[in-house]
Amino acid sequence: MSQEVDNIQPSYPLFRNDEYKESLANKREAYEERHPQEKIDEVFQWTTTKEYQDLNFNREALTVNPAKACQPLGAVLCALGFEKTMPYVHGSQGCVAYFRTYFNRHFKEPVACVSDSMTEDAAVFGGQKNMMAGLENAKALYKPDIIAVSTTCMAEVIGDDLNAFINNTKKAGHIEQDYPTPFAHTPSFVGSHTTGWDNMFEGMIKYFTLNHMDDKKVGSNGKINLVPGFETYLGNYRVIHRMMKEMGVDYSLMSDPSEVLDTPADGTFRMYAGGTTQAELKDSPNAIDTLLLQPWQLEKTKKFVQTIWHQPATAINIPMGLEWTDEFLMKISELTGKPIPASLELERGRLVDMMTDSHTWMHGKKFSLYGDADFVMGMTKFLLEMGAEPADVLCNHASKRWTKAMEKMLKDSPYGQKTVVHTGKDLWHFRSLVFTNKPDFMIGNSYGKFIQRDTFYKGEEFEVPLIRIGFPIFDRHHLHRMTTLGYEGAIYMLTTLVNAVLEQLDKETKGMATTDYNYDLIR
Amino acid sequence: MARLRQCAIYGKGGIGKSTTTQNLVSALAELGNSVMIVGCDPKADSTRLILHAKAQTTIMSLAAEAGSVEDLELEDVLKAGYRGIKCVESGGPEPGVGCAGRGVITAINFLEEEGAYDDELDFVFYDVLGDVVCGGFAMPIRENKAQEIYIVCSGEMMAMYAANNIAKGIVKYANSGSVRLAGLICNSRETAREDELISALAAKIGTTMIHFVPRDNVVQRAEIRRMTVIEYEPQAKQADEYRQLAIKIRDNKNFVIPTPITMDELEELMMEFGIIDQEDESIIGVTAAAEATA
Repeated sequence: MSQEVDNIQPSYPLFRNDEYKESLANKREAYEERHPQEKIDEVFQWTTTKEYQDLNFNREALTVNPAKACQPLGAVLCALGFEKTMPYVHGSQGCVAYFRTYFNRHFKEPVACVSDSMTEDAAVFGGQKNMMAGLENAKALYKPDIIAVSTTCMAEVIGDDLNAFINNTKKAGHIEQDYPTPFAHTPSFVGSHTTGWDNMFEGMIKYFTLNHMDDKKVGSNGKINLVPGFETYLGNYRVIHRMMKEMGVDYSLMSDPSEVLDTPADGTFRMYAGGTTQAELKDSPNAIDTLLLQPWQLEKTKKFVQTIWHQPATAINIPMGLEWTDEFLMKISELTGKPIPASLELERGRLVDMMTDSHTWMHGKKFSLYGDADFVMGMTKFLLEMGAEPADVLCNHASKRWTKAMEKMLKDSPYGQKTVVHTGKDLWHFRSLVFTNKPDFMIGNSYGKFIQRDTFYKGEEFEVPLIRIGFPIFDRHHLHRMTTLGYEGAIYMLTTLVNAVLEQLDKETKGMATTDYNYDLIR
Repeated sequence: MARLRQCAIYGKGGIGKSTTTQNLVSALAELGNSVMIVGCDPKADSTRLILHAKAQTTIMSLAAEAGSVEDLELEDVLKAGYRGIKCVESGGPEPGVGCAGRGVITAINFLEEEGAYDDELDFVFYDVLGDVVCGGFAMPIRENKAQEIYIVCSGEMMAMYAANNIAKGIVKYANSGSVRLAGLICNSRETAREDELISALAAKIGTTMIHFVPRDNVVQRAEIRRMTVIEYEPQAKQADEYRQLAIKIRDNKNFVIPTPITMDELEELMMEFGIIDQEDESIIGVTAAAEATA
């Protein structure tokens, strides 16, 4: 064929050669039993109508592109945030391959995580043997200081009891009695990746503090604990560190994978790097308070902090956008007595300046967005602050209380009057909404690109561009290093959003002598 | 408030676990205790005598209706019956499909998360499906759940096999946690020397026969009316038997890691009591026809 050794081409543009076009057309003709193009187009057009949307929203038994991942994925990310900790998944191997590739593709980094490879015999006899061999091997081979155990569907359906299995493993001498093995049951068919993060985190603090509460006293170490929840923006971990350091606050960021998911290429492989230490974990009940940065996904953690540690777990919103970052910093200041330093005031001032500079372009622009509960809430809040109008906001896994809180927030803003909040819905629902409500932009993870392609197929004037903020982002590089929290995060989000608006405007006005009267050098 | 005691009732299918549990719980309630029953059996017949109902609507059937367990409220699934006894049924699939064990896990997790185990409760009883067929049915004896296990049995061979097997299961959990065998409840089938036999079995596996419940038709009469004997005919002799059982369980302090016996030992015990005959190896595998010509 037309591939040449010193000019190897990828499928695009190679398949656009006449030779390939002919070959692919022949294949389609001879083997694919394809419907005529007119029929395909007819059905396609029908799927973009309001009539189809109504049918789509009455869907009962099928999920298409769920806009969430499963519990153990969250548990693995949580475990990665602790010093020298190996995430260990009790269950089948394929699940762990999935978690690892999912993170590989997003972070462009190797991800250490082991499975105890349950197979058919383990499904019949229970996975205790796998646990015994798995824990012994994982410890011997990879020498972690902690092994954090979570589960897959298989182990959960047959009812494997982690507490009993791990204790039996220790009793039988496969690993030492005092070797740290926090664990969490994380059935994939319940909740989402955010539930799994919460469960694993509760497992961690339970293991290191539950039976050691006698000598603990709230406030005695003068620190603030910060719990990030399922967080994939490495910049968010870094900005929290920076803000706390600038405030001079003694703190503990509980679960911080920003080192291990961003190791340098200097010739040394690091299976472990950074992370919250065991000492910090053990000391955490002595803190003044524990703030949950993504409160809607950390229900179990909150309960534990309040009932076992007897800390208030003071309610905050995710520190996204201007007002909620203000509130967060003021809360920290109130709890610790440390004033907000001039450096953060300056940063805030810069953000306000930027918002003023850009607000005319953001005003009235319609955005539809999807993602995790706290993220979409924070993003919605920031859009309202910018005078942009959220059209449809979708979160697959969120509670009724969350929906109520969202609706209240939207009602209180002139820009949120027309916004509709959807829970328990997937990206195929979202696709219908994008066609019928035609927002100016979508905000979400990489999966939205297929919706963008579909809207473009309907016609250029129907295309809805995707702005990539969320998780996972597989098809753009290094965005996971950015920041969405704090003033710094708002600066990044604003830059991304307003430039998407301006780029779209350039795209629409670059028509020579047709639309280019508005193809301006200065915006 | 005294510490909440959580007890699980196991035993061979059809031995009378649900009837015994409900009568026992009624007697405990009569003594002024606040009690909850958690039915862990897809048949969902663990609470019918307390609620006077055919079968209580189960957590799993409500969850299937609502779409997910997260959409349920505690008051949807928790019903109060005779003397305020709280009743819950985990429920599960029809025979032959799905996974009933997972239903038990889901249901108990739901109860914990929704705060069903409140400070007012004195006792929780888990009435568990006859055979512990998978990990899900061991859920009630996981760490921080039931710590006392009672096995209902009778002087029949298969009931004793089952009791010994359940004791084997308990050992697995007892070694790594705080779950303990608390006694055998003999639900009489009127076999010969039944009380002595069960006492002997109990002694061999390291526990006691906590009570011998005699057979009495009043149990059936009450059951037809979907009532416990305690409620139907409080002055009946049988009601007093359940009251004695309740008092013994209330005052029980004898919690042990069981020492299950081997099959040979069990058969020896049964031979001793004449339940089975000395094995005659010469007849094994010989058909009736062959016997006739021999």
